[in-house]
Amino acid sequence: MSMAPSTDSRFAIRHEMVLLAVLIVAIGVLSVVSDRFLTVNNALNQGRLMTEVALVALPMTYIIITGGIDLSVGSIMGLSAILLGYSWQNWGFPLGVSIVFAILAGTLCGLFNGYLIVRVRVPPLIMTLASLALFRGMAEGISQARSVRGYPEWFFRMGQGELFGVPTQLWLLVVAVIVFWVVLTKTTFGRSLYAIGHNEAAARYSGIAVDKIKLTIYALSGTMAGLAGYIFVSRVSTTRSDMGTGLELDVIAAVVLGGTSIFGGIGTIAGTVIGFTLIQFLKNGLALTGVKGDATIVVIGTVLILSILISNFLQHRRGGGD
Amino acid sequence: MTAATVQAPPASSMLRRAVVSQEMVLLLAIVTLFVVVGLINPRFIAERNLSSIFLGNAYVAVAAIGMSMVIITGNIDISVGSLIGVLATLSGSLAIAGAPIIVCWLVPIAAGMLVTAGMGALVAYLRIPSIVVTLGMLSILKGGLISVTQGEWITDLPAGFFLAQMRLFGVPSPIWFMGLLTILAAWWMRQSETGRSFYAVGGNVEAARLSGINPERTIMKAFIIHGFFVGIAAVLFATQLSVIQSTVPANLELTIITASVVGGVSILGGVGTVIGSTLAAILIAAIASAMIFVDLSPFWMRAVQGVLILATVLADLWRRQRQRRG
Repeated sequence: MSMAPSTDSRFAIRHEMVLLAVLIVAIGVLSVVSDRFLTVNNALNQGRLMTEVALVALPMTYIIITGGIDLSVGSIMGLSAILLGYSWQNWGFPLGVSIVFAILAGTLCGLFNGYLIVRVRVPPLIMTLASLALFRGMAEGISQARSVRGYPEWFFRMGQGELFGVPTQLWLLVVAVIVFWVVLTKTTFGRSLYAIGHNEAAARYSGIAVDKIKLTIYALSGTMAGLAGYIFVSRVSTTRSDMGTGLELDVIAAVVLGGTSIFGGIGTIAGTVIGFTLIQFLKNGLALTGVKGDATIVVIGTVLILSILISNFLQHRRGGGD
Repeated sequence: MTAATVQAPPASSMLRRAVVSQEMVLLLAIVTLFVVVGLINPRFIAERNLSSIFLGNAYVAVAAIGMSMVIITGNIDISVGSLIGVLATLSGSLAIAGAPIIVCWLVPIAAGMLVTAGMGALVAYLRIPSIVVTLGMLSILKGGLISVTQGEWITDLPAGFFLAQMRLFGVPSPIWFMGLLTILAAWWMRQSETGRSFYAVGGNVEAARLSGINPERTIMKAFIIHGFFVGIAAVLFATQLSVIQSTVPANLELTIITASVVGGVSILGGVGTVIGSTLAAILIAAIASAMIFVDLSPFWMRAVQGVLILATVLADLWRRQRQRRG
């Protein structure tokens, strides 16, 4: 893990080029297999469907770059969704307030993870595994597994509506991608993430506010999971306590597929964008060719393991890694 | 991903003291729970409920033995719930197809070892973090199982198939399996070279390597033995009711990991015993049952599990810090 930064970025760019080629080949194959695949309507619809995973994958990229992980994102999404519906229906919050409340609850969940990871030094893996159970349990306990329905029409504008002919949430995603990309590439904050991932102790000694940065990115992860929860509820018109189950798999697969090293120190937003697009196309393409949803997660699991194997192999061949 | 600053395993007396205390705490918690909830609602300690707590969850304790070994080497397996679902379905399908009963019991164990050997190889030799390997495997097994079986129930199982419903000397077989395997594994972990090498690798890989242990092979062994216990757990799970629901039991992996962690197996590797994990499995099952008897909604159970993991991990970190200071 002691490569110079320049080698990293060259490696990352190469990885993205390979992915881009894979993406183009996949689009080519899928459009030959099904004539319903390569249409504007389908592309926009797929964009709508992938927004939740994509929004959570952006901060996950930051977290994995620092060498951490957040397994609790799916549960945070579920808890936020439940709090949105429950606070509106049972506590009499105005729906607009409920939305903000749900997103802030996500932030709070992320802060909780971040605080224990930073202050008490709980390893991120076990911390977020415990909070995966805790947050999902809270969602189930608060809702008693009852769903919330009957939202007013305006509420669905985010998840089901369009703006200038493009799904509303896709605009949000585009803005988020740009912001996350600029922050990672153009700011000291972004550079610090790589430094922490390369060598946390060294980063600390060189004056980087490691704890503050880690706290921020876990809180950010919770916030985006909360936002994704809101968009999800708005898209499917109902709130259920099992929402977002298994989201972490899709998100981590997208990030790792996008070339971010699970060992930290390497990764780009562009890679993650290609990663989640590729996964959504894969899902969509498989569905169009008649593969059932359950078989699709087999493919995603395989893709996750294979993409790490390949990137490990590439790194070793370049004399990187350890 | 775990901290590299973990100390080498402390002197065995110290190890024993820390471990004994965790086990005593658990035993005390179990007894207290039974007494308190039994006073509130005597039906909690009625024989029928006790047997449902112990019999219905023995397979969790058995699986937690293998999980503990994997965690002690500094790894984790979050695919374990899916693997149990797949192996239980395999066992039932063989029985339906008319295979000899002994084959229905042994093949899932062999298959379990094969799958975990594959995961172990990816972790040990190709150096992919166990969390990623087992996360991927979780979705492969789960998705594969549901798309093959469509979640259909397996019924009309042959009469001699129900291993978990059998008794020996009047004691139900799951109790035998849980008790004997725990004692055997605890003894083996303490006495055998391989068992001790699990602690060494989990405590400090480089120190272990310098002292002549092959960490890769040790991690492989831990995963394969884990597969053995998962296989037995799956057979117990498959044979406890008259039908097999060929899906993945919800949250089973979390329950098993919780049992290991709450049982005193340090998630940082290197510390823990399988006696603790078995006691913890009983405690968790008893808590789940107690919640119903004191009129708490079972929907809170998973939140309780999360709190239990967190509390134990925090206590573990705190204890380590104190040890380091003196």
